[in-house]
Amino acid sequence: MNDSIQLAHGGGGLMTRDFVRAEVLTRFGSSALKSLPDAATLSVPGRDIVFTSDSFVVSPLEFPGGNIGSLAVHGSVNDVAVAGGMPLWLSLCLIMEEGLPRSVLGGILDSVSAAAGSCGIEVVTGDTKVVERGKCDRLYINTACIGRRLENFNLSTDNIHPGDMVLVSGPVGDHGMAVMAVRAGIDLSDGPRSDSGPVHRLVLAAQPFAKDVRFMRDPTRGGVAAVLNEAMEKKPADIVLREDSVPVSPKTRAITEMLGVDPLHSACEGRVILICGPGSADAILGAWRKLPEGAGAAQIGEVTSGRGMVLIETITGSRRIVDVPRGELLPRIC
Amino acid sequence: MKYIDEFRDAAAASVLCEHLAELGNRLARAGRRVAVMEVCGTHTMAVARHGIRDILPGNVELISGPGCPVCVTGPGYIDAAVELARKGCVIVTFGDMMNVPGSDTTLAAARADGAAVKVCYSPSNALETAAGTPGREVVFLGIGFEATVAAVAGLINNAVKAQPGNFSILSAFKTIPPAMSALLADPDVAIDAFLCPAHVSAIIGADAYRGIAESHGIPCVVAGFEPLDILLGLVRILEQLEQGAARVDNQYSRVVTAAGNLKAQGLMARYLQPSDAFWRGIGTIPGSGLTIRPEYADMDAAVRLGIEVLAGRTPAGCRCGDVISGKLRPQECRMFGSACTPENPVGSCMVSSEGTCASFFRYAAGKGAQVPG
Repeated sequence: MNDSIQLAHGGGGLMTRDFVRAEVLTRFGSSALKSLPDAATLSVPGRDIVFTSDSFVVSPLEFPGGNIGSLAVHGSVNDVAVAGGMPLWLSLCLIMEEGLPRSVLGGILDSVSAAAGSCGIEVVTGDTKVVERGKCDRLYINTACIGRRLENFNLSTDNIHPGDMVLVSGPVGDHGMAVMAVRAGIDLSDGPRSDSGPVHRLVLAAQPFAKDVRFMRDPTRGGVAAVLNEAMEKKPADIVLREDSVPVSPKTRAITEMLGVDPLHSACEGRVILICGPGSADAILGAWRKLPEGAGAAQIGEVTSGRGMVLIETITGSRRIVDVPRGELLPRIC
Repeated sequence: MKYIDEFRDAAAASVLCEHLAELGNRLARAGRRVAVMEVCGTHTMAVARHGIRDILPGNVELISGPGCPVCVTGPGYIDAAVELARKGCVIVTFGDMMNVPGSDTTLAAARADGAAVKVCYSPSNALETAAGTPGREVVFLGIGFEATVAAVAGLINNAVKAQPGNFSILSAFKTIPPAMSALLADPDVAIDAFLCPAHVSAIIGADAYRGIAESHGIPCVVAGFEPLDILLGLVRILEQLEQGAARVDNQYSRVVTAAGNLKAQGLMARYLQPSDAFWRGIGTIPGSGLTIRPEYADMDAAVRLGIEVLAGRTPAGCRCGDVISGKLRPQECRMFGSACTPENPVGSCMVSSEGTCASFFRYAAGKGAQVPG
């Protein structure tokens, strides 16, 4: 067996079928997928479904704390979860560059399988394509996730009012800095690890207080700053964060300081930002902290009357704008 | 975290803020208004990020100086880099340079058109690129002040040993003290004290400012980049002004010594020699640059590839020069936040992550300051 991906693996013929059997069915042999139909037929429980799709092009493919495979599962699972859904089924589409070592692909598919298993979801459909060398960077993945809608969540930024509390389920910015550190060639055997992980259990833990939850998002690209600025856009209210309440792991902080990046601009891949009425904040934090993925949960600020801005109270007691990140994340140069 | 948490302690900050307020009050009663220039771009960003302008006494103003290397890079330098890229050279640069406007275009636009422009995090990446692309000329964009120049001198040292044969540097290095002197000589600039850079001073040493303090009668205080460092630096400045003193104080003694880093200075002197330098918006300041010595001309892109760095054209109405010499506050520029934004910068002060206008645009909030947009 050839040990790298060839164009013929995506040709649709015998090699494609053998490849899919060897690499995909061995890992994702669910009843819906087993006979390799063109589409999965699924029974949807309840009436409403939540549906999302996402593409993953991270470089490098592997980083401390995860790889493109686990990320592709968590990314779509989390988009369903923060929309108030419990993930059920996942599609998996691979776009591979000719020459990708099969061992690399195998390791990544193992991660997809493990991540899907830990989320309790099934991979039920998918596709593989191969493009010529140089036409894509090793491997891109697209996933789509279907979930059932949880009762009682009524999420809308229109429900955000002064007095509401802003919660985060754990330290911010870990994923962005783990990837940046690798990309910058910073030799950190003990550097930041990606927080890539599922958040649906955190959403489930908040469900008893769902009627008091105004807003949930996973702060991926653009980080906490982008998510909160989007939430507050054109609202007659501000969010005021407290700098000393925002959890940042020491290793991530070290890299943000080194590269001159604001941790609030750095992506998370396993956190939830939640805005709720003041009466439920402590209860949600308590429920989160009972879960391993919510152990570092914190209240980081609150909503005040204002004009649609996100501010942070610094340690000098003054306030500054938390801006939306602009352009690429670039390090400082002197 | 060592050396971060200790210098971001809220209780200590509040004590220093009170002390600053008292000093400010006493100076105000004596009828004094104080303009302190923070020379370095990293200070500019730290001041904005930690909201330090908002807690200053009413009669004390912090104005931003020319210490952001991207901001003072002339359009002609960008033109030369773009020309090299279009001729097929691989350009290796710090990311902040990508969007600096040249006369007609930027490196980012050149890259989108197919030119080979690579962003690096460390000067050493440039040599790796040269080794990885044999047969193609690789040009590192050598901008920066003494702290960056020290790292580039190390790069030249490695290149001299490795002899890659396809590597050179387009140098536009600058030195800080001559620019400070030039500002003080300008009758339109009113500065009562300097908050001196942290990293640059680690290389050149606190004593490098002694001549400025003594000949101009101006307090010069070296400070670190953490909020407590900056507050303490300002306290030391106001204390000197109250006493009528004008000396060099080194608040950042955990990193900066009086003489600086002699090894780095030696390396810089071996490969580089003083020259005049063009500062965007200010003009040519004699003796404020460093160029590659003729013995190592093979590493000098201007000589090796026969490229000339001309003055270039600055957009009409751009007042970056007035901003970085402290004559104009960013929000006083007519283009600030309207024609000139971080997405569509007209001037270089809006481009760099450490640019004065960019820092005002991003972080200005709270009492007193104008909120952009």
